[in-house]
Amino acid sequence: MTAKGPLCGEFFINGDEACAEAAISAGCRFFAGYPITPATEIAERMAERMPHVGGTYIQMEDELASMNAVLGAAWGGAKAMTATSGPGFSLMMENLGLGIITETPCVVVDVQRGGPSTGLPTLVGQGDMMQARWGSHGPYEIIALCPTSPQEMFDLTIEAFNLSEKYRTPALLMADEAVGHMTERVVIPPAESLQLYPRRKPTVPPDQYRPFEGGANGVPAMACAGEGYHLHVTGLTHDERGYPVTTDPAVQERLVHRLIDKIRNNRADIVRVESDGLQDADVVVVAYGITARVATWPIEMARAEGIKVGWLKLITAWPFPEDLIRQLAGRIQAFVVPEINYGQIALEVERCAGGRARTILVPHAGGDLHEPHVVLEAIREAVQVSNIKSQMSIKT
Amino acid sequence: METNGSASVKDREAAADDQSHPLDHLLRQDRLPHIWCSGCGLGTALNCFLNALIKSGLDPDKVAVVSGIGCSGRVAGYVAMDSFHTTHGRAIPFATGLKLANPRLKVVVFSGDGDLIAIGGNHFIHAARRNMDMTVVCVNNFTYGMTGGQVGPTTPTDARTSTSPTGNRDHPFNLAYLAAASGASYVARWTTLHVRRLERSLTEALLKPGFSFVEVISPCPTLYGRLNKQKTGLDQMQYYKEQSIIRHGADPRQADIALNGQIVVGKFVDLDKPSYLELQKG
Repeated sequence: MTAKGPLCGEFFINGDEACAEAAISAGCRFFAGYPITPATEIAERMAERMPHVGGTYIQMEDELASMNAVLGAAWGGAKAMTATSGPGFSLMMENLGLGIITETPCVVVDVQRGGPSTGLPTLVGQGDMMQARWGSHGPYEIIALCPTSPQEMFDLTIEAFNLSEKYRTPALLMADEAVGHMTERVVIPPAESLQLYPRRKPTVPPDQYRPFEGGANGVPAMACAGEGYHLHVTGLTHDERGYPVTTDPAVQERLVHRLIDKIRNNRADIVRVESDGLQDADVVVVAYGITARVATWPIEMARAEGIKVGWLKLITAWPFPEDLIRQLAGRIQAFVVPEINYGQIALEVERCAGGRARTILVPHAGGDLHEPHVVLEAIREAVQVSNIKSQMSIKT
Repeated sequence: METNGSASVKDREAAADDQSHPLDHLLRQDRLPHIWCSGCGLGTALNCFLNALIKSGLDPDKVAVVSGIGCSGRVAGYVAMDSFHTTHGRAIPFATGLKLANPRLKVVVFSGDGDLIAIGGNHFIHAARRNMDMTVVCVNNFTYGMTGGQVGPTTPTDARTSTSPTGNRDHPFNLAYLAAASGASYVARWTTLHVRRLERSLTEALLKPGFSFVEVISPCPTLYGRLNKQKTGLDQMQYYKEQSIIRHGADPRQADIALNGQIVVGKFVDLDKPSYLELQKG
């Protein structure tokens, strides 16, 4: 590796490597991590490349330390990232919450593998999707992106940094082992040509600055340590000055409501999907990550049989595209949701469908990708007229 | 302005209007009064720290204080500097990220025995092992004060606490030994009685590159003290006075603290060895 700055050009690299390079291109200059299959290559690439760009790689003693070091680095002014898989993701949950309540921009990558627990370290899973939404305690919103290719590992890592800075929140990249370990063509544009969202700094002097007062879109400007603003940042519920107030429910309501609105009210900007054939569909296959790619083959076969089936790929799993699902549910017969778990995003689909369209989950315990014929059978079943629309059925 | 009982009422009233304290500029006035109990050593520890900071000549605008959860962790909220009140046990890794992202900052971790050594123990030993560039002040009151006085990793054997009601069966960590053995380049221990020596050690620690550790033995009269025959802060200070022995350069292995036993204090370790940041330049 002779490059001394961000890469530029066409490369044949795997998803993990693409993710690391994207972080560098996005301006990430701090990575703290811990080895875990199948995310280790991200750490290894960062260990090699961070010094090339004047950044810091540190291997911490565990994932709890990694998450905290990332938060600290962000408050030191850096764009910071960590990468892990299921077991490490679980360890990061408490401090993800610290990042959320302190509105700390950073990126956390989860290259999902078979679970639960130690599970299948080297094989694909998609079982952390609800954990991505609710894994930390307390009420909050989160942003999570799902790449379906090494190219998207690159593109969506850039996006994750941008969204994290724009909305002052940790942003999750919910990858999976199949995409992380897949080697494919990745086009890396010149770093200078990338649209990067800069951290919004305060424009008032320290005595007028309120570090936790939302701006026009609910997002406060962010001063960092050493800039003379004498911040106080705490994980306790706090007021606009950042001072803890732990005895007043009105302060809790103001803070939590703003944090939630910060994401929910900006859904139009944050939520992204890719789709094909929705306009006259009777069935829509909803998928994300590697499964969104797997689904294209059974959809092709189903269309050849004359079934009008649409493809809906979730680029953002969180916030979930509720409005789109609700709208589709009003005019289609069923959703088919293949995922490498026993029903997580399918629950969201079913919830939003509101009983107006069926939801057919095509589960997979993990370790492998869906066989196309299983998804095809679910699509065929979906077009059969059924009166039971409110119950999710599971294709076994 | 000083006044005595024989000063006129007018003079005393005028004096009473001058409420300022020499450390006011380093404290968040709008967060005072603090939450600590009467007799707690944290006020003293904070006072010594702020005086040490002034003596060190460091620019307060470039100092960041990071704390964890507990009574000691509340220090972060009272200092008028960039301060970060993080999660339980995680001040040290947060401080690590902060320092590495902005090496011009002077990063100080200020927390308690339970936070730094139980849940935070792993981070403590690794940061010491790396000789990470930070100063760590551990206020050791032998208990988890904030949550009501439970047993902790530094509670002396046989001490009574709310979760060792018949006496602690465990052997406690000796923090000076732990820090030294893990690789800290500076290790000192004082009690809140030894205000001037504590301040001097804190000044040295602040100016020392690498991992500098200062343990501050401190009273918790409300909980630990009350359950162990030292009901007031003064009782515990009396104990420190009677049982402390200053031994600079002592082998930390010989500095265990038994219940109401001898407390060896002093500067135990002051080594010249490359700090984490110095090593990265290689």
